[in-house]
Amino acid sequence: MALDRDRANEFEQLAMPLFAPLYNLAQWLTQDRSEAEDLVQETYAKALKGFNSFQPGTNFRAWIYRILRNTFLTSRTGLQATKTVPLDDEDDAQSVSPATTKTPESLLLARADREAMQAALQQLPVAYREIILLCDVEEMSYREIAEALTIPMGTVMSRLARARKAMRQLLAAKVQGASR
Amino acid sequence: MTCETWQQKIDAYVDAELPEAEAIELDGHLRTCPSCSSQALLRSELKRNIHLAGKSFVPDPEFRRRIQATITSTASGRRWGWIVEVGTLCAAVLLVIFGSLAWMRQSQRQQLVGELTDLHVATLASSNRVDVISSDRHTVKPWFQGKVPFTFNVPELQGSPFELIGGKVTYLDQNPGAELLFAVRKHLLSVFIFKDSPELDRALGSGQLLHRLSFNLESWTDGGLRYVITTDASRADVDDLRARFEQAAK
Repeated sequence: MALDRDRANEFEQLAMPLFAPLYNLAQWLTQDRSEAEDLVQETYAKALKGFNSFQPGTNFRAWIYRILRNTFLTSRTGLQATKTVPLDDEDDAQSVSPATTKTPESLLLARADREAMQAALQQLPVAYREIILLCDVEEMSYREIAEALTIPMGTVMSRLARARKAMRQLLAAKVQGASR
Repeated sequence: MTCETWQQKIDAYVDAELPEAEAIELDGHLRTCPSCSSQALLRSELKRNIHLAGKSFVPDPEFRRRIQATITSTASGRRWGWIVEVGTLCAAVLLVIFGSLAWMRQSQRQQLVGELTDLHVATLASSNRVDVISSDRHTVKPWFQGKVPFTFNVPELQGSPFELIGGKVTYLDQNPGAELLFAVRKHLLSVFIFKDSPELDRALGSGQLLHRLSFNLESWTDGGLRYVITTDASRADVDDLRARFEQAAK
């Protein structure tokens, strides 16, 4: 469906401020600059084309992130990335055990530098990586994340808890490995 | 509430997603529980560090310009695009209108040609082909006075291959007209004469030879009258008779 000039301007005003964050997420997902550019370009093309179906007053950010994420999931890299990730989202957040404190984890994490953080993020399964990035980097609310990922709020909470636990474990392993 | 239960809520607390009443309650607990407060601190630190580490990739300015240009070109393109779209729509509507008119005209023409052919065939099949039987044009022409709302000239046929057989009143689309019957060798020709009308003009046009079931039909207008020759005779005979009528009308 065609966009008139006003709608195209409206799209520009809503979409361009999200350009850098979308690109950042795209590169975290694809882990490749060129693929990230393709992903963002396709996202903008799809969003522009489908902007008439976007309801004014609803959450544009969640809408365009959902497009990016769905585009990624149907890409070759996305299909490969998700093929290997068994997610147990049926469990609710309550079943996620809290992080153990038998190791002085806080001390280990305090030693984790930016590089270790980035390496751990890269190692996370894509479903965990994206939810952590949406929550902690993009500072989306649980409701926005639920909209962007098209999952229930309960799943947002349980997946986020699992993702953070995995992140803590990866970081602890890295810091311990480095200190040996 | 046990520490284990509180620790399950620490993530939501750190993300500012815990309902206000629970957040106040957890605040109170954290002030008195070193284990939980250390967990809250740890997760809060982790969130902050992820926030910093997660902002790692910056798009190339050239790539940004490219995306911006795509959107801008869409905006300016659409500025004229709507004109193109409206133009296309108008063209489509006009095409449908003219297509329908052409189809209606074609359909009307087929109907009239069919009727004229039927009139001619009906005349040939009748045992009384004409109501005024005469080869004298000065007898046939006056016979139509008061029977049709117009007058016409019958051509002089002396020295021609044509022979006037006679005439009768006929009707086309509820309008009265004259039907003159001629013979040329073994062939018969009906010459229909009606007051011309826009409908007839649109449907039959002028100077066109039409075909229907191997009959030749020639139609033309002259002096506000519509002439149609219907026959199985040759085209040359049709042209010859037409020329004689045109000559007589002058």
